[in-house]
Amino acid sequence: MIAILDYGSGNIRSAQRAFERGNHEVVVTSSFEQALKADGLVIPGVGAFGACMSGLLGVRGDELIRERLAAGRKIFGICVGMQILFSQSAELYEGKSVSGVGIFPQQVKKLVAPVLPHIGWNSLTDADKSETFSGVENEQFYFVHSYGVLDEVSNAKCIYSNYGSEFVAAVETELITATQFHPEKSGPAGLRLIENWVNSL
Amino acid sequence: MTLATRIIPCLDVSNGRVVKGINFQNLVDAGDPVEMAQIYGAEGADELTFLDITASSEGRKTTLEVVRRTAEEVFIPLTVGGGISSVANVDELLRAGADKISINTAAIKNPSLINEISERFGNQVIVLSIDAKRGRTKSGFEVTTHGGRNVTGIDALDWIKESIDRGAGEILLNSMDMDGTRAGYDLEMIRKVREISAIPIIASGGAGDIEDFGKAIESGADALLAASVFHFGIYRIGDIKRDLSRKGFSVRQVGI
Repeated sequence: MIAILDYGSGNIRSAQRAFERGNHEVVVTSSFEQALKADGLVIPGVGAFGACMSGLLGVRGDELIRERLAAGRKIFGICVGMQILFSQSAELYEGKSVSGVGIFPQQVKKLVAPVLPHIGWNSLTDADKSETFSGVENEQFYFVHSYGVLDEVSNAKCIYSNYGSEFVAAVETELITATQFHPEKSGPAGLRLIENWVNSL
Repeated sequence: MTLATRIIPCLDVSNGRVVKGINFQNLVDAGDPVEMAQIYGAEGADELTFLDITASSEGRKTTLEVVRRTAEEVFIPLTVGGGISSVANVDELLRAGADKISINTAAIKNPSLINEISERFGNQVIVLSIDAKRGRTKSGFEVTTHGGRNVTGIDALDWIKESIDRGAGEILLNSMDMDGTRAGYDLEMIRKVREISAIPIIASGGAGDIEDFGKAIESGADALLAASVFHFGIYRIGDIKRDLSRKGFSVRQVGI
């Protein structure tokens, strides 16, 4: 079973359908127990980092992520659902910078580009390092964000994209796959990526 | 490695049905927005826009159903505009599966709506749609409503600057002088807006010839919206992308 964590973060209809394309049952849930036990957990995320963190803490999402990783269970983070895995974001929320779950020590910073948000389809470098990207290494994916991870993530595979400057488009460890882009909005390439991950569960 | 220029077909939807639609040969139901969205998706559309021109509130409920079905079947971004006048409208559409919403007249009447939507959902969901034409305001471009029939006296560039400050994430720049003429995008207007806008610009209105698309990109557009060239079957999305690619512009090619 795959759980999509429902913590009030916007549009998850496409994500639900995209993850249903494999042979797993997909549930949208805010239940800690259900999300903990699932074979795979998807953490979506749209909007402001601070608002997402606040929603995530509301369903004990931080504990959930740590417990799943300790138990060796996989997580897929999307967009702000990737950013919240980092230690902090420079995106101010009610005037303050907000702490993330801190699985990775790097910080989320504002992208350096003349036109923001970065909206649209962009290509990747180093996608061939990841088996999850098998078959879609040279495809373009849909991004919509103004903040991102600009530094290399230690002890993880980093896949990059470039908009004004280089930033982390996806990060992967044994248990974590997280993308700054939206695979559920990235057409056939995104669906293939999701299918690859689902098949790895 | 550069960001691709987006090609965005726009569908006018009324009471859950496509009003102006292309007659694809393989289309079962030419009036079904979901089926048309699927075909545009398969042809390489980078995004889709639904413009809800329904007048009644009954019909607007049908639109939510159309958005829901589209989001479940079509895995590219979906923007919905037309008649949105409150945060509650936006919430409903996003929950149904829209990724972005576009607002126009309601924002002119009540500019703080932009702030409210941006604070709640983030600026990336707000496409400020502006219907502008040549007029007597200081930049020479004036904001209009009601499809260009009513002038507002508001300067288009001033309004764009204000809406960016208030939290708009993108500008959908509709030229009321060029709309429906198929004589090309209003390049002068795109250039003027580019000078003052650090958010993406979607050019709209006037696309008719394949050469028009590249010219709009050179003038500063980040994305190109078109309706009639697609609806009347003058060009397919693939034709435009192949032509742009041949001229050295970055477009998304669907390889798998």
